[in-house]
Amino acid sequence: MMAGLQGIAVESTAQLLAGAWLTVQLTALAMLAGTTLAFPLALMRTSRHGWLRAPAYGYVFFFRGTPLLVQIFLVYYGLAQFETVRDSLLWPVLGEAYWCAIIAFSLNTAAYTAEIIRGGMLAVPRGERDAAQALGFSHWQEIRLIVLPRAVRQALPAYGNEVILMLKGSALASTITLLDLTGVARTLIARTYLAVEFFALAGLIYLLLTLLIVRGVRALERRWARPGQAIETVPGTRHGDLLA
Amino acid sequence: MNEPPALLLGFGAQLAAGTLVTAGLAGASLAGGLLLGIAGAAARMSHRRLLRTAARAYTTAVRGVPELLVVLIVYFGASAAIGRVAALFGVTGFFELNPFLAGVAALSLTFGAYAAEVLRGAFLAVPPGQTEAAYSLGLTPARAFCHVLLPQVWRTALPGLGNLFLVLLKDTSLVSVVGLDELMRKSALAVSYTQQPFPFYVAAAFIYLGMTAVSMAGIQVLERRAARGMEWSG
Repeated sequence: MMAGLQGIAVESTAQLLAGAWLTVQLTALAMLAGTTLAFPLALMRTSRHGWLRAPAYGYVFFFRGTPLLVQIFLVYYGLAQFETVRDSLLWPVLGEAYWCAIIAFSLNTAAYTAEIIRGGMLAVPRGERDAAQALGFSHWQEIRLIVLPRAVRQALPAYGNEVILMLKGSALASTITLLDLTGVARTLIARTYLAVEFFALAGLIYLLLTLLIVRGVRALERRWARPGQAIETVPGTRHGDLLA
Repeated sequence: MNEPPALLLGFGAQLAAGTLVTAGLAGASLAGGLLLGIAGAAARMSHRRLLRTAARAYTTAVRGVPELLVVLIVYFGASAAIGRVAALFGVTGFFELNPFLAGVAALSLTFGAYAAEVLRGAFLAVPPGQTEAAYSLGLTPARAFCHVLLPQVWRTALPGLGNLFLVLLKDTSLVSVVGLDELMRKSALAVSYTQQPFPFYVAAAFIYLGMTAVSMAGIQVLERRAARGMEWSG
């Protein structure tokens, strides 16, 4: 009896860790693709041309205004409805729950990250842009060499928050059959009926991952901080917005 | 060839009913979450160390765990707890918590954890001179709190709370996982009947979008009201 219980404990811990690894993968890939997409979106959102601003605004409004669950169902179930999709070259990708989750998560986080970058861009002091123009920088040079580097540093704490939100959002992968951390916990519970125990264990692992992200972002911020630029630790601002 | 479809193939009324449940769930969770948020903020600023530690543990734990997991923990955890209590009285069997109540509890817990931080920040943002001035004018502590402190806290906290409500509105969809017949589950049921996922999930998306737009307009009205007389200060 004891040996059996221990065996179950060891086996289920191994399964939960495998689930956690999938969770980390989904989060990391979605952040990578989403952030890549976020830069052009943020530039479009801040463009001087209305025909560039409008589609970016619509994109951000749609993905921030609808639940991630709807988005993941639209990609996974919705697209499969069309024969053209099922017959297309993309089907090996769009037929896989794994890639559908990553696509939905990437599109979602791109909208939020674009707004974070935009916020950082708007926070760049006017004088620095004027100075760039006075030095004869072209518009693109000004954006690339002055505005974006400043914006990225400015946006880092908010970006850390977005990574945490994506980590938590990745739990929705379990709704399309993926065995991420939440998915593994759910299958273990279906088998053992130990609902509270396994969900609490999964929650603890999420909490650890969250704390790791907080640590990582803080370390990055300290590295990128300019000499003479104080790192604020006032609650409710900057760091306070990460887990206090 | 196709007949002109009735509104959403006849599932329009179903989606409308789901939308009402979603709105009710969001409203009830907002009320519960605000209460928890106020209690959490008060505890975080308390003189008692124990209260501060407990509040900190609550906000850290809930904000570090997926909302979906919170919903599942509350639903299955509470069901198991009810079962164990019932077993003490000799009643056995599987007990199920009402999914609506479980959803309200889970979403209130989540909203409260974030709201506690927003409210605490707003309290700290009111200069101490405001309360001192109120006292020196002879206001009682209760009056100073209600008439001087609270309106300023409300004004500062409103944008943050508004954002949290928009998040809450979307998180209601997670309660579909434990079987509540809200918008998302009604859509999924329609999909299983019609085998047409795309139109129904698009319809659900646009209904959520509409609710978000209405909420944003409401928040803006509240913000403008809260900022009465403050326009000059930018």
